[in-house]
Amino acid sequence: MGIRFILMVNKQGQTRLAQYYEWLTLEERRALEGEIVRKCLARTEQQCSFVEHRNYKIVYRRYASLFFLVGVDNDENELAILEFIHLLVETMDRHFGNVCELDIMFHLEKAHFMLEEMVMNGCIVETSKSNILSPIQLMDKTS
Amino acid sequence: MAGASIMETLFQRNLEDLIKASRQQQVRESLFISKSMDEIRREIKSTDLHTKSIALQKLSYLSSLHGLDMSFAAFHAIEVVSSPQFLHKKIGYHAITQSFNDDTPVMLLITNQLRKDMNSSNQFEVSLALECLSRIGNIDLARDLTPEVFTLLSSSKAFVKKKAIAVVLRVFEKYPDAVRVCFKRLVENLESSDPIIVSAVIGVFCELSLKDPRSYLPLAPEFYKILVDSKNNWLLIKVLKIFAKLASLEPRLAKRIAEPICEHMRRTGAKSLMFECIRTVVSSLSEYESAVKLAVVKIQEFLVDDDPNLKYLGLHALSIIAPNHMWAVLENKDFVIRSLSDGDFNIKLESLRLVMAMVSDSNVAEITRVLVNYALKSDPEFCNKILGSILSTCSKNVYEVIVDFDWYASLLGEMARIPHCQKGEEIENQLIDIGMRVKDVRPDLVHVSRDLLIDPALLGNPFLHNILSAAAWLSGEYVEFSRNPFELMEALLQPRTSLLPSSIRAVYVQSTFKVLISCVHSYFLHKENVASSIDSGNQASEVPESVSQRKFPESSDLTSEAPACSAQDGGFNPRDSNQSFEDLSTENDGDVTVTYGQASTSASFGKSSFTQETTVNLLNLVELALGPLLRSHDVEIQERTKNVLGFIDLIKKEILNPVIQGEQNLAREGTEASNAVKLMRDAFSKELGLVSTSAQERVAVPDGLTLKEDLSDLEMICGNAQLPFSSSFSLGSSQYGEKFDASLSNLQGKDESEPLKESTSLLAEHRKRHGLYYLSSEKGEIVSNEYPPANDPVSQDKLSDNAADLVKLTEQSVTSKKKPNNAKPRPVVLKLDGDEIAIAAKKPELNSDMLSGAVRDVLLGNEALLTSSRSNLSDKPSSNKKGKEKLNTDLPLELKENLGGEEMPGGSASSRKSKHRSHGKERKHKSVGKKGEEKEDNSQKKETQKSNHRYGTHKARQKADGPMNVVAQTPVIPDFLL
Repeated sequence: MGIRFILMVNKQGQTRLAQYYEWLTLEERRALEGEIVRKCLARTEQQCSFVEHRNYKIVYRRYASLFFLVGVDNDENELAILEFIHLLVETMDRHFGNVCELDIMFHLEKAHFMLEEMVMNGCIVETSKSNILSPIQLMDKTS
Repeated sequence: MAGASIMETLFQRNLEDLIKASRQQQVRESLFISKSMDEIRREIKSTDLHTKSIALQKLSYLSSLHGLDMSFAAFHAIEVVSSPQFLHKKIGYHAITQSFNDDTPVMLLITNQLRKDMNSSNQFEVSLALECLSRIGNIDLARDLTPEVFTLLSSSKAFVKKKAIAVVLRVFEKYPDAVRVCFKRLVENLESSDPIIVSAVIGVFCELSLKDPRSYLPLAPEFYKILVDSKNNWLLIKVLKIFAKLASLEPRLAKRIAEPICEHMRRTGAKSLMFECIRTVVSSLSEYESAVKLAVVKIQEFLVDDDPNLKYLGLHALSIIAPNHMWAVLENKDFVIRSLSDGDFNIKLESLRLVMAMVSDSNVAEITRVLVNYALKSDPEFCNKILGSILSTCSKNVYEVIVDFDWYASLLGEMARIPHCQKGEEIENQLIDIGMRVKDVRPDLVHVSRDLLIDPALLGNPFLHNILSAAAWLSGEYVEFSRNPFELMEALLQPRTSLLPSSIRAVYVQSTFKVLISCVHSYFLHKENVASSIDSGNQASEVPESVSQRKFPESSDLTSEAPACSAQDGGFNPRDSNQSFEDLSTENDGDVTVTYGQASTSASFGKSSFTQETTVNLLNLVELALGPLLRSHDVEIQERTKNVLGFIDLIKKEILNPVIQGEQNLAREGTEASNAVKLMRDAFSKELGLVSTSAQERVAVPDGLTLKEDLSDLEMICGNAQLPFSSSFSLGSSQYGEKFDASLSNLQGKDESEPLKESTSLLAEHRKRHGLYYLSSEKGEIVSNEYPPANDPVSQDKLSDNAADLVKLTEQSVTSKKKPNNAKPRPVVLKLDGDEIAIAAKKPELNSDMLSGAVRDVLLGNEALLTSSRSNLSDKPSSNKKGKEKLNTDLPLELKENLGGEEMPGGSASSRKSKHRSHGKERKHKSVGKKGEEKEDNSQKKETQKSNHRYGTHKARQKADGPMNVVAQTPVIPDFLL
């Protein structure tokens, strides 16, 4: 499976984006998000970005007020996932121009669309920023 | 209706409005959300697709961020998806991926829509459908859409192709038969010139090979090419992951890839790739010295880096390599120890694991000393992590690393006193466990237990109650090693024991009984000694004698030590107990102070004073303290108390009338009382043996055994059975009255108790018949009281057999850090079969996975099977016939043509099929056989099991094969790799 889920959470612990690649019920999702937020948000910048949780790992990174949390299988490469998060942020930066929490709030479906371009079935399928953004740009033009 | 829908459309709030409005409703968010939900429920029923889709969009927003249930909208989502407009489709598919699962009732309705969109000329619609399939695909969808996915695998648009490849993973997982159709195209795409496509394919293989790497060995050459040629780090990481799995199966492959991986390590600047190389080397290539050395150098670079992420990963890599290359850890020992005080809990945990990996019998004391000191200073959570890992490491493989058990006993006692300690249960288990396994440590255990019991402060900490229970049991069970039973008695009866939970209180009461029996017995013995010979005055009883024989150099100091202890207690006990006892029992009020004072002062006379006075005082003390417990609400406590008090009643009279009794004693050699005491003492002094965890299963129920009849027999046996009573092990409620009820229930619980006289012959016969199920005679001997001598070679052998790995580990660490100058030899540690079973590594499961079977079939009989894939699909014997039929009729023309191109000329479809199938099988069988042989030549260790398994399948195949065809002989893995 590789990537199990991708979460974006703000400093207050509110979920701003949640993408799951395996089926979880709403209660399970809520419980999981709660646990993860409690575990990760308390950590400082000087601590490492990997947290073991249940039977998988969470790789997270903080950008301004937003935490990007990715749940991965135990044998996934943590550093590669950090690079993936960075790529995601860069891509969004390029599209929104210095992306902020509000951009993601108001353009959630676009953020989802970008993720769908990058990750499929838990595997990273696209790593080129222009390739990721070209369908969105096309859609923006037509609408 | 139409008017209403126009109004709705005009005045509908879109998603942006909703978000804006919700941002203004900071305070009453839930109210706002429920209002919006009402709105959405209304709008979503609209006939206008636009209104509907906007409502659905809002709903999926609220559902994903606020956790609202959106399953009610499943059908509406399907309606929206069928819209011709792309934007609606997008909203609909998003809602579906987010909310559909296998239980969604309208799941079946989506199949046709997906098929339609997959065949669409708009690549973005295709992409939406593929994305949807990858998220919600179940067996039906996977089966029904396999032909579409197959077609898309050769799409000319990379945008579609890469997604189709990613979807294949889900399709395979849900519907393994799809492998026969799609696998070849998937493999073809490995050679694509487009790196994105290759990357997607490798992603799929990476996931597939995690589950069953063996099936993908034949693809090794393709992977190898990518490993050597590619410059894409994402791709390289995935390929390395695949090789990490493959290399452990195929040693020749490991040899081949070691050098390219080292090359990557030397060259790359990307830390992620570097780490993947390191991980591959440490986990799969640990036999290649040069690669490991290079990896360790790189790990050191990680460790000294400022980035905590790299530090963590470096430690993690070390912990992977630790079992095989302890030197790598020892080289970085200082760093590891320093990381224990890192600011990051995760890093601390990782270094703790490493520290525990370094433990060997030569340094265990040193390391635990450091850790316990560290635990005292650290926060509660980490403190308990440390204690937990010390406990688990030390007890691993039946206390393999422990040589000095006296030290370990005191360590356990020390750990119990660490303020944050919450490992009570584990410490309890280990205290009792080593008490039963290691005979030599018992005096020390009793000593440690005494220290724990006597401290009234510990009773207030609920986390320690389990430990106290173990301590009470130990000091009761092994009371003969106690230096001062009187003091022990006072500790067991101290008023603060009322803080204990009733189950543990019951253990205390039982231990009181044991101690009492021991004391009274000593008294009688002492008196007999005095009576029979005058010069036996110096050895008061047999107890101190036996104790002093057991290396107690300080036994001479004992008398001077004891008063000090009991003086303290004397200061504490009488006052406190007075108060509480006055409340509880008013009848005996008069004597309380006197008795107590006397008891505690008499205790200070030391153990040699088993005089009539002290014994009477002791009896009074017990009666006084246990009296109130007769009214306890807990049945167990009440019953045990009754036993004790009843017994005291029995013997008290004779002790109180010493003159008459003394005369009688000379005349009759023992009175009723002393006989009873002797009987009880014998009962308690029988050793408790270990019970193998699998003991119960091994004993088959004999034919014609009716339990009730046997039980009436047991009562008779009970007269002679002098079974030890272990309070903490008794399970059953006692139904058989008499004095021995409790030990009787013990007898039932343990089927490994000492052979009983009456049943010995029966047992022997049974053993003869069912010898298989009994513990081997050697172990039987261990169970009995006969202890093998210390460092008995046989038991040492067993020890090393037990878990070869761990012994290797210790050997390595010993060689690297030698100081085996143990002052005393390691005492014998009892082991039973059950322990071994628990320790034994899990056997690899037979992989009968459908998916891997299909993959193997396809890979090993590649084109042959593809040709037959069509007919395969149609005549697969399986329950889902319906889907099959559909598939057959739906098969696109293109696919049929493709297949036709590869078909061999001649023969009817069915005969061709069977022929090709046999090709595949035969090829597979050949290659399997060959591989098996080569493997045996190359490496003998570990492989035997695997090749056994292979030969097993081989045989099965051969049976089914029939006559072989000569055509297929090309080896599956090209030689250049192997």
